[in-house]
Amino acid sequence: MALDATQVDQKALFDWLCRMGDNALILGHRTSEWCGHGPVLEEDIALANTALDLIGHTQMWLGLAGEVEGAGRTADNLAYLRDAMQFRNVKLVELPNGDIGQTIMREFLFDAFHFEMLTALVASADARVAEIAAKALKEVAYQFDRSSDLVVRLGDGTAESHDRMQAALEHFWPYTGEMFVADAVDEAMAQAGIAPALSEIESRWDTLVSETLAEATLVCPERRADVHTGGKQGRHTEHLGYILAEMQFLQRAYPGAEW
Amino acid sequence: MYAQMIKSEKSNETPEELAAFQARIDRGERIEPKEWMPEGYRKTLIRQIGQHAHSEIVGQLPEGNWVTRAPTLERKAILLAKVQDEAGHGLYLYSACETLGVSRDELFEKLHSGAMKYSSIFNYPTLTWADMGAVGWLVDGAAIMNQVPLQRTSYGPYARAMIRICKEESFHQRQGYSVMMKMAQGTEAQKAMAQDALNRFWYPALMMFGPSDAESVHSEQNMAWKIKINSNDELRQRFVNETVPQAHYLGLTVPDENLKFNEETGNWDFSQPDWTEFFEVLKGNGPCNEERLGARRKAWDDGEWFRDGLSAYAEKSAARRAAVAAE
Ligand SMILES: [Fe+2]
Ligand SMILES: [Fe+2]
Repeated sequence: MALDATQVDQKALFDWLCRMGDNALILGHRTSEWCGHGPVLEEDIALANTALDLIGHTQMWLGLAGEVEGAGRTADNLAYLRDAMQFRNVKLVELPNGDIGQTIMREFLFDAFHFEMLTALVASADARVAEIAAKALKEVAYQFDRSSDLVVRLGDGTAESHDRMQAALEHFWPYTGEMFVADAVDEAMAQAGIAPALSEIESRWDTLVSETLAEATLVCPERRADVHTGGKQGRHTEHLGYILAEMQFLQRAYPGAEW
Repeated sequence: MYAQMIKSEKSNETPEELAAFQARIDRGERIEPKEWMPEGYRKTLIRQIGQHAHSEIVGQLPEGNWVTRAPTLERKAILLAKVQDEAGHGLYLYSACETLGVSRDELFEKLHSGAMKYSSIFNYPTLTWADMGAVGWLVDGAAIMNQVPLQRTSYGPYARAMIRICKEESFHQRQGYSVMMKMAQGTEAQKAMAQDALNRFWYPALMMFGPSDAESVHSEQNMAWKIKINSNDELRQRFVNETVPQAHYLGLTVPDENLKFNEETGNWDFSQPDWTEFFEVLKGNGPCNEERLGARRKAWDDGEWFRDGLSAYAEKSAARRAAVAAE
């Protein structure tokens, strides 16, 4: 593996940084929809905290993406002035929240990936990436502890909570594959030592997820063909457009205004 | 001498006990949870702290309304942090209430049934982004005015909660003011939004201090108990005095034709809010009462299976631990 981060295609790096930033931004957005509507006060606080952390990560990743692009775009420009086809998040994070069980299950499935990804990125050949990963990892480790703990407790709670969590797992499962399907961008990053090979992350994710699900008395669905891909290349579900319509409203309605 | 004013709620509260209690308060002592207190004192505190706690959590909603539409990542983060703080305030205050022998779940039930109130201000809608400025500046500002004196209230857990909360509220107020500042110095459209937000929130903010003390039923006793430190009118005047120059600095107009600086008193003279409207909102007929209470009820009902699941798990793990210990 050639570990020369400076030789990497800057367009691919930009794209990859947008993937990191957009995952955080869109999941942060979904999580923030819970503001004030949580099932218990402690959850209101924890969900707001998770959203807040993810928005912080977005600022770092998209900030670096803008630098790498070199066209003068800021993190805000990228978040608020791109259309859906330029967004690079996986579909998993843009799906609607559903009930609190679905919200937690989705977060858990993504957190496990996010945690393993950031853990590997701390050793990135690109010092800027390593630095962001180290900062974000602390928070994501906490998020993973929290979401996996809740999956266990709800999975092994009442019959109803168990059934809801099992249904949530089956609902999101077909969307998890996209996280691990490597394309040219992922391969370029892996080759430059900027990011790990996704196959490595996948096997660690499998272990982490199956251990938690077993403890939660939930049944891991069969691996199946990954049909729900394309988000990383800008082909999204119908849901993303509505997220952006809401999120970008002020920037679009009052171009150039400062807030 | 206050003892004569106190209508004992429990027949076994002797005048001597009541006088001794009042003497402690007069000496500036803090009353702590396990200590003797008159039933009336306990009940008033539960009502006041509970209402305050409810206001914090219902207060998440009007601002939560703009979290997904915040115009920049930084503003979104600041707003999220603020709403999270408000939930945290709710948590401290429910805990303070629990020290008086009432559970959080019981208090929620009373909120949901309408038996307990929350601040009328949260029944007004947040219609534009400028409202995030106006709410921070005026609503958190009025809350601070109400709460700073309560840091010296006689009930220990309440006073301590107030000290933590006030620090965060003043942070919120500064952030709200900074949103207003950006808008007031922004484009014509932004200025218009800022002025409109002030127009809509000015009188509801004045209502946050409650009706004139002449009409307030519990004032005298609560002041003797140091559950209430200043009169409603006094606090409202302080708020107006502090806020009017801030509005002028923003270049905004306070929506009150009678607003005038009174050289004699050193106060700003101002118009009273529409108290009929206040009582209507309190009765549940405000612009957003149904949405706000409906949202809280829905959150609670939808969350039932979640809470039950966690309790069931806790019971199972306790049983498992006990079984292991028994082996
Ligand atoms: Fe608060
Ligand atoms: Fe506040």
